[in-house]
Amino acid sequence: MNDPVAYYPGCSLEGLAVEYDLSTRSVCHALGLSLVELEDWNCCGSTPASLYDPMLSATLAGRNLLLAQRARLKTVMTPCPGCLKALKGAIKAHALHSEAFEEALGHPYEGTVRAVSVLQLLYEKVGPNTLAHAVRWPLDGLSVVPYYGCLLTRPERSAQFDDPENPVSMDLLLEALGCVVPHFPFKTECCGATSGITRADVVARLSGRLLDMARRSGAQAIVVACPLCQQNLDLRQAQAEKAMRSRFGLPVLYLTQIIGWALGLPEQDLGLGKLVVSPFGVLPVRNRREPSHSECVENRGSPLSRG
Amino acid sequence: MKNGQNFLKIQAQSDPDFVRRVEESSGQRISFCYQCGNCTASCAFTGDYDFPVNQVMRLVQLGQQDTVLHCRAIWLCGQCQACTVRCPCTIDVARVMATLRFMALEKGCVADKNVKRFAEEFLRSVSIFGRVFESGLLAAYKARSGMLLADVGLAPELFKRGKLSFVPHRIPGRRHVAALVKRFANVP
Repeated sequence: MNDPVAYYPGCSLEGLAVEYDLSTRSVCHALGLSLVELEDWNCCGSTPASLYDPMLSATLAGRNLLLAQRARLKTVMTPCPGCLKALKGAIKAHALHSEAFEEALGHPYEGTVRAVSVLQLLYEKVGPNTLAHAVRWPLDGLSVVPYYGCLLTRPERSAQFDDPENPVSMDLLLEALGCVVPHFPFKTECCGATSGITRADVVARLSGRLLDMARRSGAQAIVVACPLCQQNLDLRQAQAEKAMRSRFGLPVLYLTQIIGWALGLPEQDLGLGKLVVSPFGVLPVRNRREPSHSECVENRGSPLSRG
Repeated sequence: MKNGQNFLKIQAQSDPDFVRRVEESSGQRISFCYQCGNCTASCAFTGDYDFPVNQVMRLVQLGQQDTVLHCRAIWLCGQCQACTVRCPCTIDVARVMATLRFMALEKGCVADKNVKRFAEEFLRSVSIFGRVFESGLLAAYKARSGMLLADVGLAPELFKRGKLSFVPHRIPGRRHVAALVKRFANVP
């Protein structure tokens, strides 16, 4: 039913965000989305490349578009918003300066590949209704806030997905899992982004504000779709606590991890143990006996009737 | 009296060509900015900037090349695009900040040396392996910046959870990648 999608994990999904990679592959597989990892993919250059020359960023990301074109895949999906920004920058650079772009890459490029985030792929190809039907262990009553971060939905003209100021796609997917999603005014505020290494003090303060607002919104956990946001909020939570003179203890899960848990995927396919703040205190325990699908739907009512 | 002196100083330092160059390489009409302050109000980093974003825009309009290219704000900007989204004049403000940063780099004005050091080590890693080797990058950056003790507290957590990779991923196409880096970035 669904065409295969090129999968571009990005460097951090091989290291600090390895659980994002694991859970993305497992959830897409479980939901019938076929991912083909791009062979020989390279780093998009991230922020350091954009420091030097816009064409460096465009061609580094462009090389990956070329690989997708060679594999005859029309869509490339990346879970990392930083990589997504670079891919979209490459698409734009090709549209504006195709000659210089192709000359630098050393190969002709047709410009037919589009780039999406894992959030957009799940929202558009699966959607909240189908997801609600696939849920085996509903997270009823679990209060979580979705944190979209800076780049998933903005700027509007390049993201072309959801609202840049008040995105709701992740809210709807989380509600489909049974979660309670309180109003979170800092959905798209910046967590400090790439300054984690060079200015940890700035990141501690900005992430601290986010964690504080999440707690005040009544959240038991934060759900993210960006490796950098996850690191700043989870790995550096102790630094944020120190900066805010407060204690948060808020687990920060990847969207694909929480979906995977509700779908009943095995723990080792989701890498939940790799999170610094353990999510097991807040995630509802899954019983040993798997409920049958009809039991599940019966207990929760039709997802369509839940609005 | 003081205001008058500032005015004279600004007039004397004004470089209209600078405005044109920023407009050209960013593709943005800086003159459209009427100082509403939305960018500054949206910016998460304002508290740490030496000049808030709207003042950077104003300084560009006034052709104050020296002040703008030496300011710290352009190095701290996280490119979160909040300013761009909220600009009523549809100026891509984040793009202007990025443009100013590579103009500063070209002129050798680096107000935050660590950002440059980190970027250099990052691109070096990309050139060698084709992908970033996180552990190697962090070690190299720490050695160069002298920030040896920063974040050491995180290492045991990462080690315990198997998130620190000790082996780089070397991709077959790394020479192509290295050629691209070499062509567009002057990394020593």
